[in-house]
Amino acid sequence: MDILDILLSASFWAATVRIASPLIFATLGELICERAGVLNLGIEGIMVIGAFAGWMAVYLGTGLWAGVAVAMLAGMLFGLLHATLTVPFGLSQHVVGLGITLLATATASFAYRLSLPEVTSPPKIEPFQPLEIPGLSQIPLLGPALFSQTALTYLAFVLIVVVSVVLYRTPLGLALRAAGENPASVEAQGLSVTAIRMGAVIVGSGLMGVGGAFLTMSAFSSFFFEMVNGRGWICIALVVFGAWRPGKAALGALLFAAFDALQVRLQQTPMGALIPYQVFLMVPYVLSILALVLMSRRAEVPAALMVPFNKGER
Amino acid sequence: MAREAGAEVVLRLDGITKRFGALVANDAISFELRRGEVIALLGENGAGKTTLMNILFGHYTADAGTVEVFGHPLPPGHPRAALAAGVGMVHQHFTLADNMTVLENILLGTGTLLSPRLGSGAARARVARLSRDFGLSVDPGARVGTLSVGERQRVEILKALYRDARILILDEPTAVLTPQETTALFETLRKAVALGLSVIFISHKLGEVMAISARVLVLRHGRLVGAVATADTDRHKLAEMMVGAEITAPKLSDHTPGPALLTLSNVDTPRRGNAPGLNAVNLTLRAGQITGLAGVSGNGQAALAALIGGLESPAHGGMELHGVVPADWSPRAALAAGIARIPEDRHRTGTVADFTLTENAVLECYAEAPFSRKGWMDWAAAEGFARKIIETYDVRCPGPAARIRLLSGGNMQKLILGRALEAGPKIILANQPVRGLDIGAVTFVHNRLIAARDAGAAVLLISEDLDEVMALSDVIHVIYEGRLSPAFARGTMSPAELGTWMAGHGFGEESDAA
Repeated sequence: MDILDILLSASFWAATVRIASPLIFATLGELICERAGVLNLGIEGIMVIGAFAGWMAVYLGTGLWAGVAVAMLAGMLFGLLHATLTVPFGLSQHVVGLGITLLATATASFAYRLSLPEVTSPPKIEPFQPLEIPGLSQIPLLGPALFSQTALTYLAFVLIVVVSVVLYRTPLGLALRAAGENPASVEAQGLSVTAIRMGAVIVGSGLMGVGGAFLTMSAFSSFFFEMVNGRGWICIALVVFGAWRPGKAALGALLFAAFDALQVRLQQTPMGALIPYQVFLMVPYVLSILALVLMSRRAEVPAALMVPFNKGER
Repeated sequence: MAREAGAEVVLRLDGITKRFGALVANDAISFELRRGEVIALLGENGAGKTTLMNILFGHYTADAGTVEVFGHPLPPGHPRAALAAGVGMVHQHFTLADNMTVLENILLGTGTLLSPRLGSGAARARVARLSRDFGLSVDPGARVGTLSVGERQRVEILKALYRDARILILDEPTAVLTPQETTALFETLRKAVALGLSVIFISHKLGEVMAISARVLVLRHGRLVGAVATADTDRHKLAEMMVGAEITAPKLSDHTPGPALLTLSNVDTPRRGNAPGLNAVNLTLRAGQITGLAGVSGNGQAALAALIGGLESPAHGGMELHGVVPADWSPRAALAAGIARIPEDRHRTGTVADFTLTENAVLECYAEAPFSRKGWMDWAAAEGFARKIIETYDVRCPGPAARIRLLSGGNMQKLILGRALEAGPKIILANQPVRGLDIGAVTFVHNRLIAARDAGAAVLLISEDLDEVMALSDVIHVIYEGRLSPAFARGTMSPAELGTWMAGHGFGEESDAA
C-alpha cells in the first residue's frame, strides 16, 4: 500500500525528474566522449568543479545563466586537459581520467578555501526557480511532475533530443561515431581524428560541468564538498546501460532517479522504521547493477573506445 | 585495352624519399601515371610499396620529393588534399567502421562537417548508380560488420568513387579475395579505366599483375629497379627483377633418414569447437627428414600442431619423444624436448606486436642462460641474440629495439624462423611457414628448413599448398577429418592422386561410402 501511494504521488515523479536531470547532463557528456572513442573518467571531478564554479560565479554576482556558462567553461577547461593528454599524446585514458577527477576535486576545494577562508557554513545563492509551463502544468499528476521544473531540467530533456539528432542525423555526428568505431576510416576520409576526438571530449566535459552545476544552482542552493557523491561514476554505468544511445541512457537516468526518490520515501513509511536506512540507500545502486547486468549484454561498445589513434603508425 | 601513349599525365611522383629510423623505405622514387592506365606496383613485402602509396595519399609525409596530381603539387601529409585532388585509396586493411552502415561509411566526411543534414536520400541514389556503373553490388543499408571481405572491398572502392576519385590506388586488393571475387574486381577496374580513371595496382602476385596492368613498376629495398610495359615482359623476368636474383627451386639432396624422434600411435585428441580433433593418428617424424602434411584447411592440422606444440595432450593412444613417453606434456615440455615451433599465425601467436625484436627473439628462452641469470634478465645477451638473428636471417628492420609490429610479414617470419632454428632444435613444427610471404622470403624459409633437415632435424611441414608440400617433403601424409593417410614416399604420388586423398577417398570404408 505504501509503495502504491508513493508511486501515485506527484512529488515522487517530480523528484524523479529532478534527480535525473544532473545525471542526464553528465551522461550525455560522457556518451559524447565515449562515442568518439575516449573514456572520460574525469567526469566525477568535472562535475565537482562545475558545481563549484557555477555556484561561485552566481555568489560573486553574475546571473544564473552566466553561472551555468561558467560551469560549462570550467568543465571544458578540464576537458581540454583530458583531451590533450589522451588524444594527441595518447596517454592511458584510465590514468588521465582518474587524475583529472583528483585534480578537479582538489582544485574546487582549494578555490573554495581560498575564496571563503572564514566561512563555517557555505553561503547560499538564489537558485533557479520552478518554471510552470502554462496549461501543461495543470494536468493532474503529470503537470506538477514534468512541467513545474526549473529551466535547467527542461534544458536537460531538450539536450537528449539535440544530442540524438546530432549523432545520428548530421555529418558531424557521423564523423564522431566513426572516430569511436574505426578512427582509420575518419583519417582515410580526410578528416582529423585528433580534432574530432578533442572536440568531443571538450564539449562532453562542458556538459558534465553543467550537470554538476545543476546540483548547486537548481537542486540545492549551496556548495558542499561531498555533493556530487559518486554521481559521475553512476553516469559512466548509465552510458553502458543505455548501450551508448542517448535516449536509452536518459531512460536509465530516470530509472535510477526513480529508485532514489523511492528509497527516500520508503524510509519514511512504517516499514522503513524497521529496516536500517542504509539498506534503502543501497537500493538504487543494487537495482542499477542488476539492470546493468541484464541490459548491457548485447550492448555494442564503440569498437575503438580507449584505443589511441596515432597517425602514420603501422 | 588500347591506350594512346601520349595520354594526359594525371599523377607525377618526383624523388620521393622516406626513412623510418635507419630504414630507407623509399629511395628517390619517380614515376608518372597516365589517364586510363593501370600500372602495377610490384615488389616483395617490405619493398616500400605501401609506404609510397601512403605518402601519395597523405598518411605519411615524405622526407623529400614532390607529388603532382593533374599538374598541381599536392601538399604533403593531408589525406583531405589528396581526396580533393581526386586520389582515392583502397587500403589493404579496410578503413571501415563495422558498426555503421555501408551508406554511413561512404558518407563519412564527404560534405562539410557542420551541415545540418546528412542527405542520405540523394546519396543512396548516387551510390546505387555508381554500383551499377562499376559492377559493385552491395546493399547500402547493410551494417559493414555483416558483410563478406569481398563486399567490404567494394564499399571501399565505392567510397573512393563517391568522392569522384580519378586515380584509384588499390593496396594488395586481391590478398583477401577468392578467385571469383578477384575476377569481379578486375571487371570493375576495366570499367573504371574505360571511363577514364587511372589505377595503381599494388601486388606481389605476378599472375594478377600480368592480367590487369599496362605497365609494371618494380620496387626492391625501397628503390625503383624497373619500369616495363607488361606486354614486353613475363612472369619469370618480373620475379627476377623483384627479388634481384635468379629464382631457383629448392633442391632436396638424397639422404638416409635417421632414427624416429617423435612417434604417435593411435592418438586421439578432442574436438575443439568447429575444429576436428585427431582420430587414431599414427605418425613418425624421423631425424633428417621433412614430413609434409597435405590437406584442405580445417581438417585437423590445428589439432596436430597443438599436440606436438604441447598445447594439447593425447586423449587416447601413445606418444613417444626420443623413444620415451613424456611424463607431462605442455608447451614448456615441448620446448625442453627440442621442439621448435613456427606458428600458423605469426601476428596472433607467433609474436607480441608491441614488444621489441629483442623481446620477441627471447620469448621462448628468456628464462634460460645466457638470457637470464639468477633470476635477472641479461638484456645485453638478449640483444646480441636478436642481432645475430637479424644478420643471419636477413631480417630487414630499423634495429633490435624496434617494435616488431613495424616489420613486414616476411621479415617477421624470418625472425620467428631464426628464433626457432637458432636454438638447434631436434624437431621443427612448421605450420604454414610461408603463408602470405613473397617469393624471396618463401625461398629463404624453404632453404633454411632444408638446411635444418640436412643437419639432422625432423621437420613437420604443414601446408595447404600442395605444390609446396610436394616440393619439400621426403614423405607426405594427407590429413582428412582428423585422420592421417599412410606415409607416401617422395615422388610416388601425383598431385591428382594426393588430391583424391585430400577429398577424403581412401580413408577406410566409412569415408568411401560417404
